[in-house]
Amino acid sequence: MRTPEGVDIPAYPFPRPIGELISPPDASGYPVVSRVLLPTGQTAWLVTGYEAVRQLLRSPAFSSCVFAPGFPRFHGRVALPTSPTGFMVGMDPPGHTHLRRILIPGFTIKTMRQFEPSIREIMVGALDAMRAAGQPADLINEFALPAPSMVISRLLGVPYEDHDFFQSRSRVIVDRSFSPEQRGDASQAVHDYLADLVARKQSEGESHDLIGRLAIDRVAAGELTTEEVVGVALMLFMGGHETTANMIGLSTLVLLRYPELRERLRQRPALVDNLVEELLRYVTILRTGVPRLATADVEIGGQLIRAGEGAIAMTSAANRDLAVYSDPDQFDVDREPHPHLAFGFGVHQCIAQPLARIEIRVALTELIQRFPALALAEEVCDADAWDDAVVYGLRRMMVRW
Amino acid sequence: MRIEADREVCTGAGNCVTIAPDVCDQEEGVGLVQVLTQQPLGTVQQGRVWRAAFACPSGAMTITE
Repeated sequence: MRTPEGVDIPAYPFPRPIGELISPPDASGYPVVSRVLLPTGQTAWLVTGYEAVRQLLRSPAFSSCVFAPGFPRFHGRVALPTSPTGFMVGMDPPGHTHLRRILIPGFTIKTMRQFEPSIREIMVGALDAMRAAGQPADLINEFALPAPSMVISRLLGVPYEDHDFFQSRSRVIVDRSFSPEQRGDASQAVHDYLADLVARKQSEGESHDLIGRLAIDRVAAGELTTEEVVGVALMLFMGGHETTANMIGLSTLVLLRYPELRERLRQRPALVDNLVEELLRYVTILRTGVPRLATADVEIGGQLIRAGEGAIAMTSAANRDLAVYSDPDQFDVDREPHPHLAFGFGVHQCIAQPLARIEIRVALTELIQRFPALALAEEVCDADAWDDAVVYGLRRMMVRW
Repeated sequence: MRIEADREVCTGAGNCVTIAPDVCDQEEGVGLVQVLTQQPLGTVQQGRVWRAAFACPSGAMTITE
C-alpha cells in the first residue's frame, strides 16, 4: 500500500491467514521497528520485538490518550461515549495513576482468590446449563460468552436480570463490522445504564459490590466523582467480558486439538497454571496491538521515534519473538516460564489479570473434568472466526460430549 | 540479594505475587507491593525474585546482589 506521499509500506493490521483459527498473524519477517499504514491513512511505527515492545510500553515518552490529535487509530471514530471520564485505559499519569490506585485493592491476587468460589459456581452453572440444553451445543454462546459476563456482572454488582441487555450491547461495542455510530450508540446505552445503576446504588446506600463501594465510599471520600465511577464501571465491564470469553473459546479449541494434553491435565492438574500462561502467550487475542502516541523524541528498538508520531506495540508478535522463545510457534506447556505480554506491559498492564487467570483456569478445569469426551461436532472454519472483534475470538464452535 | 520495591512506581498488576509469593505481597486494602523478607534466599527463590522483577510491568522492583 502507498502513503499519500507515494511511499510503499505494509498495511496494518495484518489479515488473519486463511484457515488459521488460533495463531496470530505471522510478523516474524518484519523488522523490530518498521513503518506501517493504518486504515485511517495514518502511518505508525510497528514494534514487533519482545524487548522493544517492553521498552515502548514502559516508556513515559508515549501517551495513551486516544482522543489526542494524531493518536494512531484503526477507525475514524472512537467507539466510546462522548464523555469518557474515568476511562482509565485511555488516560495518562497522573490522572491514570489516581484512578488505578483506587481500583487496585479490588483486583489483588488475594481479593480474586476470595472470589474464586463464586467464579467456580458460575462456571459450573453455565456448564450444567449447556449440558441441559442438549448436544450438539455451541460452546461459545452457551458457555464461553455467558460465564465471564456473569462473573464480571457479579463482581461489579450488575443485576443478573439485566445481563441480556449488557451482553447484546457489548457485542456491538467490540464488533468492528458495526458502524462507528452503532458502536458509539451501544456504548452510550451501556454508559447510561451504568449511570442509572450508580445513582440507584447511591440512593439505596448499598455497598457490597465493586460499583457500590466506588459509588458510595470513594465518592463520599471525595476521591472520585460519580461520573468517574460510571466511566470506570464501563471500562471494567468492557474489559472483563469479551476478552476472557474469547480466551476460553480459543483455549478449548487448542485443548481439542491436543487430546494428549487433556490426558496429562487429568493426571497432573497442577499443570494447569503453565497451560494458562502458554495459552495466553500462544493465542494473544489482542491482535491489533497496543497503540501509543509519542510525546517526546525517543529511541525504541534502535529506531528514533519523534514526538507526534504513532507507535503500535504488537504484543502478539513479541510473544513469538525467536530471541526469547525457542520454537515460538510450537504450543508447549512444558516451556520454561517466561513473562509473556498478553496482558500488555507498563502502567496500563491489565489490572484484572488475576481475575482473567482464575476464570480461564477454572473454566478449562471444569470443562475437562465434566466433559471428558468433549469433541468438535463440526469442524471450526474461517466463517466461525470473529475477525471484526476488537479482541480476536470465535463466533461459534459446535461441540458434543 | 537486596530487594527494593518502589510503591510510587508500582501499578498493582500482581505479577510479583504470582511469581514469587514467598517474597512479594500486596498490602491489604491498598494492593501495592510489599517485600516480605530480606533474609537470604535459596537458589530457586532467588530465581523467582529475578523473574518477578523482570516481569514487573512498571519496573518497580530493583535487585542488588
